[in-house]
Amino acid sequence: MSVLVGKNTRLMVQGITGSEGSFHTRQIIEYGTNVVAGVTPGKGGTLFDEKVPIFNTCKEAVEKAGANTSVIFVPPAFALDAILEAADSGVDVIVTITEGIPTKDMITAKNYLEDLNKAGRNIRMVGPNCPGVITPGFCKIGIMPGFIHLPGRVGLISRSGTLTYEAVAQLTALGLGQSTCIGIGGDPIIGTNFIDAMKLFNEDKDTDAVIMIGEIGGNAEETCAEYVKKYMTKPVVGFIAGRTAPPGRRMGHAGAIIAGGKGTAEDKIKAMRDAGIYVAESPAEMGTMVKLALDEFKAKKAKSKSTLKKTAEKSKPKSSKPKAAAKKKLKAVSKKKKPVKKLKVSKSSKPKVKKLIKKKKK
Amino acid sequence: MKIHEYQAKQILLKYGVPVQNGIPIKDMSEFDGALSTLQSHGINQFVVKSQIHAGGRGKGKVYNPANREELILDGGVKFTTDAVKAKEYAEKILGNLLVTHQTGEEGKLVQTLFITEGLDYTHEFYIGILLDRTVGKNVIMASTEGGVEIEKVAAETPEKIIKEWVDPNIGLQPFQIRRLAFGLGLEGEVFKNFVPFIKTLYKAYEESDASLIEINPMAILNDKKIVALDAKMTLDDNAMFRHKDYPELRDTNEEDPLEVEASKYNLNYVKLDGNVGCMVNGAGLAMATMDIIKLAGGDPANFLDVGGGASKETVENGFKIILTDPNVKAILVNIFGGIVRCDRVAGGIIEAAKNIHITVPVVVRLAGTNADIAKKMLDESGLNIISADGFKDAAEKITQVLNN
Repeated sequence: MSVLVGKNTRLMVQGITGSEGSFHTRQIIEYGTNVVAGVTPGKGGTLFDEKVPIFNTCKEAVEKAGANTSVIFVPPAFALDAILEAADSGVDVIVTITEGIPTKDMITAKNYLEDLNKAGRNIRMVGPNCPGVITPGFCKIGIMPGFIHLPGRVGLISRSGTLTYEAVAQLTALGLGQSTCIGIGGDPIIGTNFIDAMKLFNEDKDTDAVIMIGEIGGNAEETCAEYVKKYMTKPVVGFIAGRTAPPGRRMGHAGAIIAGGKGTAEDKIKAMRDAGIYVAESPAEMGTMVKLALDEFKAKKAKSKSTLKKTAEKSKPKSSKPKAAAKKKLKAVSKKKKPVKKLKVSKSSKPKVKKLIKKKKK
Repeated sequence: MKIHEYQAKQILLKYGVPVQNGIPIKDMSEFDGALSTLQSHGINQFVVKSQIHAGGRGKGKVYNPANREELILDGGVKFTTDAVKAKEYAEKILGNLLVTHQTGEEGKLVQTLFITEGLDYTHEFYIGILLDRTVGKNVIMASTEGGVEIEKVAAETPEKIIKEWVDPNIGLQPFQIRRLAFGLGLEGEVFKNFVPFIKTLYKAYEESDASLIEINPMAILNDKKIVALDAKMTLDDNAMFRHKDYPELRDTNEEDPLEVEASKYNLNYVKLDGNVGCMVNGAGLAMATMDIIKLAGGDPANFLDVGGGASKETVENGFKIILTDPNVKAILVNIFGGIVRCDRVAGGIIEAAKNIHITVPVVVRLAGTNADIAKKMLDESGLNIISADGFKDAAEKITQVLNN
């Protein structure tokens, strides 16, 4: 179920007593996330809102409160230290919300995480400068509004903040719930990039389709498109923001800049189309495009299944049944399948949907 | 943050990177003093260099800002051995418009000159240091094609660019510099001078939190010494907190006055050429809003990210900035409320609209908590505000008001 975060997440909040940290921690707890600890050096031994124990170090939070995931709200000048401390303390997932971390610091952070992973750890960082990660219904780690989300089976990867919320709201309005939404962040150096997140969703049995929301700058969308072309077994939808952005200008995000003629929306869209990704031309069509991709994918699957059956029937030696009857049978099968599709997009209870889909897969 | 060549060279000099002697001037009254200082160092060849935040200065053309048809001088960087001629060049460039392939037709007003020593050299090379985003490491690029635009080299003869990636654990190593040197075909005395040149240049890049350094050209002088003849440097905006002297390096004359004004209010504004002003919270959504305006047949006049909160103050300042642009015929406000409640944002918009005289139609789309209450508030405000139901509806309503 879901990727990165879920019902087994035990969260610690670094910077829990700061203004951003405390505000969002309350929202995170309200959503139902299991917040087991806060970390603020010098405030160890006290309680946040009279319930969450605060520790001086991340190590203590891991050892005494059993934290396995960290979210970072500390200011940019201290963010590098906070990331390194979290990684060293033994957590597996680090979500860095902080905006404005110097690139030099992020080079150090990314390198340290890579070194630890080479040595056998399995740490994944999301961010910085991102809205965070949410597995709707279970666990929210970040600053996104929880209520717009709906539990379901669409994975979402995005470089943006509010544009992600827009996409989520569109999906939810169509009854398309989300398995996990990952805001990977808009900085030049990020812990989890499009490919990393796409791989996670490809391997997640509870994700049926993925939408990736990119923007101008860099070439992460292009390299992810190559991955999708080669390995992805699920339908993928894409949108790129910044078609109208002028070259050489930084559009808000540090990473959103067309430099030396590279990183244009056109290049990215072309790469995605070449990889068979459904590209939404308009940001108003992100949700409907996911629906279309899912429907077409299912239709294709059903078709290939039915042709398989057809050939199987044909090859049977005692084919006394006329072809028409076989066709009728097939029709009946596909008719039976229809309600499943409808159920899946409707808001009906989750377990039922799951069962039905499992049956279908068999 | 982009800085001028003379500022970059001041930083490089601090780290021991060889640059030629030079003095920046902002007024012709400073010229004679600058020249005699250079002469007192035994310098008798001079270069008058325009200081603007754009490349291609040497091949640019200087025009009269009062009469844009009048070509005053061919070239924004001039070499001469004649002190009188140097002054003549300076007079022709300072205060006039320099048009290069990077400035666009409108050109840039030259408000600073860098009067430097003119050096004779035998070879020129390209050196660049920047972040390679794909691997998260800094990369040093070198090419024998100095003095040429590196983008052109990369497109036409990519094999002529040699690259060395710096491992963050051990930093730039001498063997990497040697590889660059041999790759460029350097030997003997030049090779010996190249190693410390790159070493100090990389140190300057790292310690000054630069996000780009380009030395184009790096020149080999007659006596085999190496000098950074030109220097382009960009500093990481996020690292300002550890370089207290960096804000002084900002030249607001190089920026659009509206963008400078917006930055005072912590608004992220980029001016564009269209007629639909837009105000959005979040950079990605702001870009997407620009895109949908275009798709609906309009043309975005700006990028404006008012940040997560979208308070009354930021909205009011946003309106002021947008309305300063005379091309704006309509405004689209697109706020995804999220944790902030839409009715609060709507209240802010109504108050802001009352405080400032808004002369153009405003289409507002609010999404998130209490969006329906917000819509009602806007509809009943009695102001020239049209509320929209969704992203698409907002863009369509904008084109409707433009066509009326």
